[in-house]
Amino acid sequence: MAGTAIRGRLTWQTATVGVVTDETPSVRTIELQVPDWAGHRAGQHLDVRLTAEDGYTAERSYSIASAPGEPVMITVERLDDGEVSPYLTEELRAGDEIEIRGPIGGYFVWDAADPAPVLLVAGGSGVVPFRSMLRHRERTGASAPVRLLYSARSLPDVIYRTELDKEPDGVEVIYTLTRQQPPDWTGHSGRVNAALLAEVAWPEDQQPASYVCGPTPFVEAVANGLVSLGYPAGQVRTERYGGAGGTS
Amino acid sequence: MTAHEGTASADAALDSSALDGNAIGGLLLEIFGTEMTTALATCATCGSTGQVAQTVVYLQSPGAIMRCRVCGAVLVVVVRREETNCVDLLGLAALEPAPA
Repeated sequence: MAGTAIRGRLTWQTATVGVVTDETPSVRTIELQVPDWAGHRAGQHLDVRLTAEDGYTAERSYSIASAPGEPVMITVERLDDGEVSPYLTEELRAGDEIEIRGPIGGYFVWDAADPAPVLLVAGGSGVVPFRSMLRHRERTGASAPVRLLYSARSLPDVIYRTELDKEPDGVEVIYTLTRQQPPDWTGHSGRVNAALLAEVAWPEDQQPASYVCGPTPFVEAVANGLVSLGYPAGQVRTERYGGAGGTS
Repeated sequence: MTAHEGTASADAALDSSALDGNAIGGLLLEIFGTEMTTALATCATCGSTGQVAQTVVYLQSPGAIMRCRVCGAVLVVVVRREETNCVDLLGLAALEPAPA
């Protein structure tokens, strides 16, 4: 039947784990070797499915951390009560096989040909799809100016810090640390609020492209804040993830 | 959905488990055989139209529930029984693939 043929092509495929990189004590980047990868766009995600010996399956979505054209990578934060992330961050080794499905999504993506200024606002591991976008910008030589506002609990919790601190031409990375700041910290502290957004966000009349990714309450607060600054409500692209299920 | 995305009034009722339509992009890909997060969904209850990615999705229940971001009505329910996805689209007035 046609359905049988479609099933294999569109759904799950086996990926082999390549290089595994520790980003922070609880966050790890996993390279996936996928023989039939269709190629992805910056900002897309993929689904991971784990199957236990008794047949129980658990699926989660993870943003793709690498640029189009690079090997597929996901960055996973360990959630202590999670079903999937403890395995991915602690047990998984190079050479292991996992099932994946993707790439997925056409909404939360950035096109390098778009010259509009870009505002990226990340909460915690919400920074992952933005690394794909920043690397894509770098690899394509795109000139759109980018501001990344990144809210993390503390400096050691900042993912990709070495890479982000390079700040290529036209890219500004602004951190705010919500729980703990180093003694010599000169950056922002506390949660993203209206004042910080007003300071960082491109003026609305420059028609910026805006992306917000993080836990649901973070995304709600930031999206509302941007709308208050005059950003058209339907044009703030959002990606929310929950603690269990979803893009965790 | 589009008109109210991000507004305080529409979002006040959302709890922290609310995700976006993106969260079931893979499931919808499996069901419809094509990328659906940019498809236009029209709510049968309030008539508003927005991209699937802009809807509200809950995954905690036994299955996935997609709700209208404007009025909160249930648009889509997907429940998996073994290898079969049971799909209820009655909350939608229309679901149109995104223009190529």
